[in-house]
Amino acid sequence: MNNKMKSIPMSVATFIISLTFLHGLAFGSNLPPVKGDVLPEIKIPVPESAADRSYLGLESGEFFKMPQLKAKVVIIEIFSMYCPHCQREAPEINRLYSIIEGNPDLKSKVKLIGIGAGNSSFEVEVFKRKYNVPFPLIPDEDFSIHKCIGEVRTPYFLGIKINDDGTHRVFYSKLGEFKGAEPFLDLMLKLSGLKQEM
Amino acid sequence: MKKHGNLIFALAVISVFLWSATAFGLSDVFKKNIYNPGILKPTDSVLKVKVGDSAPDFSLPAVSGEKFSLSRYQGKKNVVLSFVPAAWTPVCSDQWPGYNIVKDIFDSNDAILLGITVDNIPTLFAWTNQMGNLWFSVLSDFWPHGAVADRYGVLRSDGVSERAIFVIDKKGIIRYIGVGDINKRPRLEILVRELERLEK
Repeated sequence: MNNKMKSIPMSVATFIISLTFLHGLAFGSNLPPVKGDVLPEIKIPVPESAADRSYLGLESGEFFKMPQLKAKVVIIEIFSMYCPHCQREAPEINRLYSIIEGNPDLKSKVKLIGIGAGNSSFEVEVFKRKYNVPFPLIPDEDFSIHKCIGEVRTPYFLGIKINDDGTHRVFYSKLGEFKGAEPFLDLMLKLSGLKQEM
Repeated sequence: MKKHGNLIFALAVISVFLWSATAFGLSDVFKKNIYNPGILKPTDSVLKVKVGDSAPDFSLPAVSGEKFSLSRYQGKKNVVLSFVPAAWTPVCSDQWPGYNIVKDIFDSNDAILLGITVDNIPTLFAWTNQMGNLWFSVLSDFWPHGAVADRYGVLRSDGVSERAIFVIDKKGIIRYIGVGDINKRPRLEILVRELERLEK
């Protein structure tokens, strides 16, 4: 192999190594979770509000992990106070909460939680007050949770199924596509398998 | 020579990835129409006004077609000037939609908001349309290019403005200046705190 020929694989190798290393450096090696994944280790601040803690079945403390929640299905919305789609959809997502809470078969099994990407406590509170959001909204001021789940655009929805043995799986992970409370809930129940269990 | 070639190639790859690596939490409302300028120098200008100064007056065209001067609010309203660097860029696109849901906070502090960029009116029209109906006016400091930003000392060397907030009281006096890191969205609570300090 002459020198010119040798330099081609060298360049390719340099490219691949650089790409792999830098992609990890730039993106923290995190891509959005896909169906069947377990969630990355995310430490989520325990809500300050006693009502929110009671809804999620949490004791007071500093952080919790999603599978700790006393629920079979957790729907997570990654939102931002600054996101026009999130603002527009807020009333419909509140309605999703009301439908779940109004159904005795679902009330204790399906929980909703919002994570405010890059939002401070103040900003999350502004959103909560503006749209009378009845479910817990968690600030993620430094984007640390947002980075763990692949720096998704907003609004982004994750569906998590928590099994009786404490294990969990992501069954839904998508940007937007919230086409109304009823069809979305139906989709969540179907994809999580909860519909078949009921 | 070949080693240098490989090194240059690797550095090129590094620069591409570092420049694209920023968490914006950007709204999907803008789809894939946001241009990512990468990480920029946090600030790149020198203020020409200070807290306590009379705010320099200006007259700028708005997207609505009206002309707005600062002096029209003197004795009537507190004024917040929100300069953002450029339309269709990541952080800017997620800043004003937040202000759009806090009109009540501005109202309760007898304040109005004027959003300003150095973009031209057609660009601002298309961009702000994605944000929904804005309750505040958006002004174009396009021509003479960036003249108002320059008068306040927030025009950067590449022709865009800083991400800057000026709070001006009813007497036309500057009460707060916030020139933040261009790569980051300023916290809403800082602006609210400054508004609450103003005489109503």
